[in-house]
Amino acid sequence: MFAQQVANGVFVGAVYALFAIGYTLIFGVLDILNLAHAAIFTAAAFAALALLGAGLPLAAAFVLAVAIAGLLGIVLDRVAFAPLRRRNAGTLAPLISSIGAAIVLEGILRGLYGPDERRFPEGLIATAHFRVGPLTLGALDLVILIVALALMLVLSYTMRSTALGRSIRAVADDRTAAALLGIDLERTIALTFFIASALGGAAGILIGLQYDSVSLEMGSRIELKGLAIIVLGGMGSITGAVIGALILGVVETLSVAYISSSYRDAIAFGVMFLILVLRPTGILGKRALRSA
Amino acid sequence: MLAFLSAHSKLIDEIGINALLAVSLSLSLRAGQLALAQAAFMGIAAYVSAITAVRYGWNFFEAALCGAFAAALVAAFLAWPIGRLRGVFLAIATIGFGEIARIVEINAPLTGGAEGFSNIPNDVNTFTIYGVLAFVAVGLFLARNTKVALAVAATREDESAARGVGIDTARVRLGTLVAGAFLAGLAGALYAHANYFITPADFGFGRMEQILVACVVGGVTSSLGAALGAAFLTVLPEVVRFLHDYREVTSGAILLLVILFAPDGLAGLWRRRA
Repeated sequence: MFAQQVANGVFVGAVYALFAIGYTLIFGVLDILNLAHAAIFTAAAFAALALLGAGLPLAAAFVLAVAIAGLLGIVLDRVAFAPLRRRNAGTLAPLISSIGAAIVLEGILRGLYGPDERRFPEGLIATAHFRVGPLTLGALDLVILIVALALMLVLSYTMRSTALGRSIRAVADDRTAAALLGIDLERTIALTFFIASALGGAAGILIGLQYDSVSLEMGSRIELKGLAIIVLGGMGSITGAVIGALILGVVETLSVAYISSSYRDAIAFGVMFLILVLRPTGILGKRALRSA
Repeated sequence: MLAFLSAHSKLIDEIGINALLAVSLSLSLRAGQLALAQAAFMGIAAYVSAITAVRYGWNFFEAALCGAFAAALVAAFLAWPIGRLRGVFLAIATIGFGEIARIVEINAPLTGGAEGFSNIPNDVNTFTIYGVLAFVAVGLFLARNTKVALAVAATREDESAARGVGIDTARVRLGTLVAGAFLAGLAGALYAHANYFITPADFGFGRMEQILVACVVGGVTSSLGAALGAAFLTVLPEVVRFLHDYREVTSGAILLLVILFAPDGLAGLWRRRA
């Protein structure tokens, strides 16, 4: 039973990780807390539903909705962050403008889709189960896990071994020096937003599938959890975000199974508070992104 | 005039309470600290004042003062661990504190859980709300050019320079946090007693964002600006009712416009012209 609960926790944690990577990537590169990340997460889930409704197969709808989320990220940067960057407005103004952008995006979604919860078309989601030793694994959960892991591997490769990854790490390390070395700052930042928001969007679609539910509230449920994860892992660290997400996913499912569900979320925020106070760099500090 | 007031009394009460909340946050912001626990302080006082009124039959002023002092006490304890944190890290830690407070409200005994706490005596009217607001406004007005106010401004502009001229910036930060919590607590008590019914969700991150938005739109470094920002944003959804489900877009768009083009808020625009 314990192994089953851990497996369930990993399924949840993998999707949390996708969300948290995008959050932490933007913090690592730009030192800003992007509170519109959750709004893009929600928007992608609604976009996938709309594309499915238009008759696209699931895989195509997923890819297209992820791309839409990425483009929304670029628009977000242009509208809410780029003007402040030019003014050197510090780190608090972008936090507030990201709240503004989130309110606008969520307002548009509310106008388009209303406040009700929506489900995926019937028959779309596989309900098959596999038995592996003592474990029962849902086909859907496995597909979600594989997609999440594949996206993380692509990201890891991009960050480590491509020119774009090197540019992103250089900008995260020292923006001025990176510019002096001929890195196109605005282009690198735009692509960072594309990657971060695409991953956040992918998380939104996968969580929507996991719970067969898409609603305006899904963003606010994960937004602060994602914050706890990236603090736990170390603000700006991608590996840390993945570790933090898996820990949170497993701890959540175990605490529901063995303790009580009532104070479940308090554990995450209690740990987050303690880490900030005692060890603000988390498990893996920001340096981890720079040397990834 | 009276007919207008009674037709819109709910909205007018809401404006007063939101203005008080914005003023309470502006105290911390004026010392340069982005402490986002105001909704939690509001909630603590709302629950304390509601529980003391219902279980022990306290009248509004006893219950409200007890709630506000409870919120201030919690703020004083909170100030110690978060004292070293600055900027985004302070914001995140206080957001975490707010979530913990909300979860405690859901699970603690006496609070009524997620379904909420009801039957709060409705012994608050528009005059009580604006009486409290006027009292606070007069206090802030009298304090505006005192040494304390200057110390707060100096801490915001340059903390190390302020320390250099002998200002105890840690005390300034503690003082503004505790005073802000007290005012948020008064607002929370007013909210509870004006509404019969409260739930933990009333004091979550959404509320915190709403208070912050009001402060930024009004002007971060001016309490009057913050109050006007709150009034403006409370009335706005009623004014743009014709947009139906798209109403919320307007307050987000206004926040974006202000932060991009008028970083000192609407109050700053007016001041620049004057």
